[in-house]
Amino acid sequence: MMNAPFFKFGLFGDEISLVIAFLIGIGFGFSLERGGFGSAKILAAQFYLTNMRVFKVMFTAIITAMLGIYYLSVFGWVDLSLVYSTDTFLIPQIVGGLILGIGFVVGGYCPGTSVVSFATGRIDGLVFLLGVTGGIFIFGEVFPFIKDFFYSTPMGKVSIPEFFNLSYGLVVFIVVVIAVAGFAGAEWVEKWMANKKGEN
Amino acid sequence: MSKLFGFLFHADDHEHEHTINPKPYSNPYLVGIGLGLVLLAAFVIMGRGLGASGALSTVVAVGVEKIAPEHAAGNEFYQGYITEDGKSPFKDWLVFEVIGVLVGGFMSGAFAGRIKKSIEKGPRVTNKMRLVYAFIGGGLMGFGAKLARGCTSGQALTGGALLNLGSWAFMLMVFAGAYAFAYFMRRQWT
Repeated sequence: MMNAPFFKFGLFGDEISLVIAFLIGIGFGFSLERGGFGSAKILAAQFYLTNMRVFKVMFTAIITAMLGIYYLSVFGWVDLSLVYSTDTFLIPQIVGGLILGIGFVVGGYCPGTSVVSFATGRIDGLVFLLGVTGGIFIFGEVFPFIKDFFYSTPMGKVSIPEFFNLSYGLVVFIVVVIAVAGFAGAEWVEKWMANKKGEN
Repeated sequence: MSKLFGFLFHADDHEHEHTINPKPYSNPYLVGIGLGLVLLAAFVIMGRGLGASGALSTVVAVGVEKIAPEHAAGNEFYQGYITEDGKSPFKDWLVFEVIGVLVGGFMSGAFAGRIKKSIEKGPRVTNKMRLVYAFIGGGLMGFGAKLARGCTSGQALTGGALLNLGSWAFMLMVFAGAYAFAYFMRRQWT
């Protein structure tokens, strides 16, 4: 019998958790670089449909972790309720997502990928990171004025299965089907764009 | 390991820089499985997911507190990142994780001969404009991530795998925003 998440069951303390953070970070950074996510051109190509790596890597990762945590919890090895998930504040998260998406195509990175970009010598990655800290600073300064909006539409810790009153396993299945269809679509779009470019 | 040291050797020797042939990036589906297993490991070992913007928030909050302590004390947002019990705010899970990201990204790039001082951009934009865009884009990203309570790592990946409602709404809007604005940025990338 496994009692996981290990940290939540007190198998180790805060100091060890920082070592684990560092090791998990290495795995995270290594994966991002392997995927080509240290390159703004590859990331931005997602939004011009010429290279769909962002979608492919992101959704393969999501379904891998989703299936893993789902089966581990079904077997009773992981208590899913102890895995931290942020509360939903629907409207601010939608607006934040839109701003972040625009920032993605303007800047060419997201915070995690810009760290990898900087690690592999890219100046634009470093400048992007400075921009992120600037954006966070501006957010901090205006926070007292947007506080009401920030805390608007609170929905608590809510999952898609809970919200739509569906079984967890069914939603897992639907996400896998959509992702696999998306991968087929992504492969097709890449070929189509390559042919289109060839004709010009 | 020999590849790593080989790279370090070459980095000091600029005349041989052209001899490094960067390897192509890995299969995206295999990388996705690897990244998914890293995320799953974080869930199982720590009971939390990945993140990136949170670590930078700590840096900003500590910076503001150092320069203007009273100003930071009156601000709920900064206070959220500053510990009161005398413990260093940098002894934080996400700060250590992001240092790991830096090291992991460097290791992967070094093994594949992909470390090079450069500026990534399309052919129709100057270096200066590219850096201006990078800064503005980063700024939007930082602001948006704080409003959304996380970025592509903490919300889209982590919350996505946990089927968090807000995370999925966020993720769809990231793609929507980026595709909607891509037309205006085409000179930078294509």
